[in-house]
Amino acid sequence: MQEIDRLIQLLARLPGLGPRSARRAALDLVRKRESLMRPLATALAEAADAIRTCSTCGNLDTADPCHICTDERRDPTLICVVEQVGDLWALERAAGFKGRYHVLGGVLSALDGVGPEDLTIAQLLARVGGDSPVTEIILATNLTVDGQTTAHYITERLAESGVRVTRLAHGVPVGGELDYLDDGTLSAALKARQAL
Amino acid sequence: MTALANNSEGGVGSHRAAIVPAAVTRLRLTDFRNYTAAGLEPSGRPVVLTGPNGAGKTNLLEAVSLLAPGRGLRGVQVSEPDRRPAASAETRTASDVDGGGSEHGARKPWAIAARVAGPAGTVDIGTGRDPEAERRLVRVDGHPARNQQALAEHVAVVWLTPQMDRLFLDGGGARRRFLDRLILGFDPAHAGRVGAYEQAMRQRARLLKERGPGGADARWLDALEVQMVERGVAIAAARRDMADRLDRACRQAEGPFPAARVGLAGDLDDWLDGGSALAAEERFQERLRAARPRDAEAGGAGVGPHRSDLMVRHAAKGLPADQCSTGEQKALLIAIVLAHARLSGAETGTGPILLLDEVAAHLDGERRGALYRRLLDLGLQAWVTGTDRAIFEGLEGRADFFRVEAAAIRPDAAAR
Ligand SMILES: Nc1ncnc2c1ncn2[C@@H]1O[C@H](COP(=O)(O)OP(=O)(O)OP(=O)(O)O)[C@@H](O)[C@H]1O
Ligand SMILES: [Mg+2]
Ligand SMILES: [Zn+2]
Repeated sequence: MQEIDRLIQLLARLPGLGPRSARRAALDLVRKRESLMRPLATALAEAADAIRTCSTCGNLDTADPCHICTDERRDPTLICVVEQVGDLWALERAAGFKGRYHVLGGVLSALDGVGPEDLTIAQLLARVGGDSPVTEIILATNLTVDGQTTAHYITERLAESGVRVTRLAHGVPVGGELDYLDDGTLSAALKARQAL
Repeated sequence: MTALANNSEGGVGSHRAAIVPAAVTRLRLTDFRNYTAAGLEPSGRPVVLTGPNGAGKTNLLEAVSLLAPGRGLRGVQVSEPDRRPAASAETRTASDVDGGGSEHGARKPWAIAARVAGPAGTVDIGTGRDPEAERRLVRVDGHPARNQQALAEHVAVVWLTPQMDRLFLDGGGARRRFLDRLILGFDPAHAGRVGAYEQAMRQRARLLKERGPGGADARWLDALEVQMVERGVAIAAARRDMADRLDRACRQAEGPFPAARVGLAGDLDDWLDGGSALAAEERFQERLRAARPRDAEAGGAGVGPHRSDLMVRHAAKGLPADQCSTGEQKALLIAIVLAHARLSGAETGTGPILLLDEVAAHLDGERRGALYRRLLDLGLQAWVTGTDRAIFEGLEGRADFFRVEAAAIRPDAAAR
């Protein structure tokens, strides 16, 4: 059955799904053809058409610039830098933050062939340059070696810009990934952020 | 073994001294090495495993060693313990035949479930290979742990294996790993720091190799070196502290086990001797920066805690350990491990689980007896192995005996 094999192969490429769970998921979909499989296919197709990457901050939304970048009530002087869109969403869930974001699209890793040019660092520098309103950058990269290396690197690159650079405070465990943290921890870390 | 019932729930140590060494009270193996499904329920006393060569005694110790962070006492890749079905049926027992032809011939992932009793109560630890990836999964009390370093919060495991007879003769890496393992009993965060340091070092080496010392973005190298420096000095300080305390604890001979002098040798260690940690950080950073061109050529890093070495001397003879006899070297290692357990009891109120693979058989009667007495005094759950029950006479009545035969484990209560 070519169709189902192809479905399994595609599902297996999702994070957290290996071949075994992909097979299970595929069977489940087929079994719930009308209640799950068709609505999912429609949702996927619609999302694929509608979702774009915000050209300012890297968030995913149906509008570009995204609703966060255009929200007048948000503080334009504050940018929180995160590794991935998932981290942005984790911080939004924690709900303490009223500034804007910048999604790097990853971390520096020579081992994975990811250099500064592969991340949105140049775009970040552009956002603080000129007569930009930004006065503070909060680095919220993960507390892994690669996340901290990236934070350190960005701090150095921002040195001449004159903006205040801060980092999420402790409470975020070492080696911690934002995605795993509960909302309370995150919002506390955000409030108690420290200057670098 | 049902001795578990008598003294697992709060019985251990509640009336005795406040020291409660960690102990496995339940262990189940699934598709681990030669075991399809096997288990045992020790009481917390020492565990004696006897059985013929190739029965699975060392495999069982390896399973216990995997309750701590790291690659276990054989130091292997995560999928290696997956049970390999026998190549030909006639050389194996029937229990090995099933499971071989599972999906696309993929091997089933190994799994270990354990209950560990310690001063803070009992904890259920589960670990095994991720069925869908080359990595180790860890569960603590049923909840997935973010990484295996979480295990160090619950249990420390220290081992001596026949391979470690060469510990003082081979390269420094094994000696550093031995010392790091001892530190984990005091400082669970040490494993994370060592892992982070090595990651930063690998990143820096790759960057230097690919882009050259001048071609790479210097700020990127700076950022990586900062990571190495912060972790590296913390690692060196922890090792130095452990070595100092072991040195003091080993000044006196433990019965027939010799007094030892323990220290560290390396640039970082000298800097820490001569000045503050902050000064050592600065110096380390300068040296790393200066070493970029050479490291780009040679790979790795020319300076750092990964270059330090654990130095052990036989105090009475005044000789470095590598110049002592095989038996003396083993006795020095035992002395250090016993001193570590004693320190750990005194300072943390608990003690490590000790795995002594084929240690008893290589000791003379006097030393063997002395070892058993020390283990019993310390109240440790020491897992000891051998082919014959006779050499464990000194533990009769005071330890849980199990017979391991053809990948099956059974209580062996009957003294012969
Ligand atoms: N991944 C694996 N799958 C299946 N069997 C394995 C695997 N790895 C090792 N074995 C087998 O497990 C058996 C038991 O090994 P183990 O080292 O535990 O023996 P032992 O009881 O310690 O013997 P000895 O007294 O010789 O030290 C060996 O025959 C070995 O070949
Ligand atoms: Mg063995
Ligand atoms: Zn945006």
